[in-house]
Amino acid sequence: MLIIVCPYCGKRPEIEFSYGGQAHLVRPAQPATLDDQAWAEFLYMRSNTKGVYAERWRHAHGCGRFFNALRDTTSDHFLATYKVGEPRPQPAAFAEAAGPPAGTLP
Amino acid sequence: MSTQKFSALALLTRALRRHQSWQPQWRKAQPKPAYDAVIVGGGGHGLGAAYYLAKQHGITNIAVLEKGWVGGGNTGRNTTIIRSNYLFNESAALYDHSVKLWESLSQVLNYNVMFSPRGVMVLAHTVHDIQVAKRHVHANRCNGIDNEWLEPEQAKEFCPPLNIGANIRYPVLGAALQRRGGTARHDAVAWGYARAADALGVDIIENCEVTGIRRDAAGAVEALDTTRGLIRTPKVGVSAAGHTSVVMGFAGVKLPLESFPLQALVSEPVKPVFPCVVMSNTIHAYISQSDKGELVIGAGTDAYTSYTQRGALHVNTHTLDAICELFPAFRRMRMLRNWGGIVDVTPDRSPIIAKTPVKGLYVNCGWGTGGFKATPGAAHVFAWTIARDEAHPINAPFTIERFRDGYLIDEAAAAAVAH
Repeated sequence: MLIIVCPYCGKRPEIEFSYGGQAHLVRPAQPATLDDQAWAEFLYMRSNTKGVYAERWRHAHGCGRFFNALRDTTSDHFLATYKVGEPRPQPAAFAEAAGPPAGTLP
Repeated sequence: MSTQKFSALALLTRALRRHQSWQPQWRKAQPKPAYDAVIVGGGGHGLGAAYYLAKQHGITNIAVLEKGWVGGGNTGRNTTIIRSNYLFNESAALYDHSVKLWESLSQVLNYNVMFSPRGVMVLAHTVHDIQVAKRHVHANRCNGIDNEWLEPEQAKEFCPPLNIGANIRYPVLGAALQRRGGTARHDAVAWGYARAADALGVDIIENCEVTGIRRDAAGAVEALDTTRGLIRTPKVGVSAAGHTSVVMGFAGVKLPLESFPLQALVSEPVKPVFPCVVMSNTIHAYISQSDKGELVIGAGTDAYTSYTQRGALHVNTHTLDAICELFPAFRRMRMLRNWGGIVDVTPDRSPIIAKTPVKGLYVNCGWGTGGFKATPGAAHVFAWTIARDEAHPINAPFTIERFRDGYLIDEAAAAAVAH
């Protein structure tokens, strides 16, 4: 089980959270103006990244709030978690924060 | 090597020679500079497609590229359940095409794939389950697919270890039974197709990972970059399961896929105790017994996308809770091994077997948690699509464009079971 750092509550076990899929997808402001291809892109197409992936989680059995996370999908290690509305952290921001990865048990 | 036909007589004569004369079942092929077609992915689906391309379409200058070893991905990691009791006409046609091919596959390939139509029983635990299961029974029978409703006592008669008592959290209120469903030996399917394809001249190249797809000035597929060099080919069929997004990304094709870990586990082997396959969507359990005697148990997908081929223990625990309640006799069984595979899931939980926007590039993906059962059928229509550059009538609805056009085949909402 993963240990996830909620930006509001701190380290908690994975079963307290629900998964929200790819982060930073913006719903088109005027859906009626889109053609079918563009709407399908928004609804269905996902990057499905193998590597560092920005994704949404919700602390469903805790504070109830959504937040974003950067996780390496080849190792399941969390590189960073951050609040909704904050920009995606750049690699330099978490590269120096060495020590045990957030996703591993001590 | 193609002369090494398996039979009782061959077994006997080779036994008399102390089994010293058996040959490898397929060549260790080296990649050639060019092929007429290349299949990416050496699982059951990819090897099967190569076999049908060679056997039925006369295209024998083919390579199957496998980044690991043959059958080492989801083909070797699933719970081997075979059934075709899907709700929608499109799915029913596709999966039943596959079941029909399973029925004669051992004879066709001269390889015992141990197809065992022992019956697949889907349990109902709520009023909603009963309604959904009966709807499936009726829809299946309209499509000529066997599926029948069983009352709890009949379910118990078909599967004696089943607990139909009223005092469990989710009592068994009935079941839908497909008698033609069952299991097969997963490795044998990959090996049987590999051997049969090799005998027709197909090169099976293991430890060869695709690292790029080259396209000509018109945008058509021209060659593949691999860890074993450049391979030229005008046609590429991608059958890469959980890594489909990665491979298709080399050609700039984006697909509606997400890759999740899916886990399974087996118990210590015991004598025959379990006569059929039982699945329950509501409390999430799949169970059957292999011919080795292990109970084969399928757990669910993890919540998050991942490429790690492992998942969390609480997912397995959840399934074992359900197994222990349905089959109290198994409470003291010890689990021997557990593992994960990476499954590519589409939004409507139906596969994509189609041409892509890139000329010469074809894809067979999106099988989610239930691709094993479809191995022969999917391979057969995928080979057709590659050879003729057009879909077989059976896979014609399973396009990428259905997501744009709204023609979803929504087994996600319709399934009586996770699949």
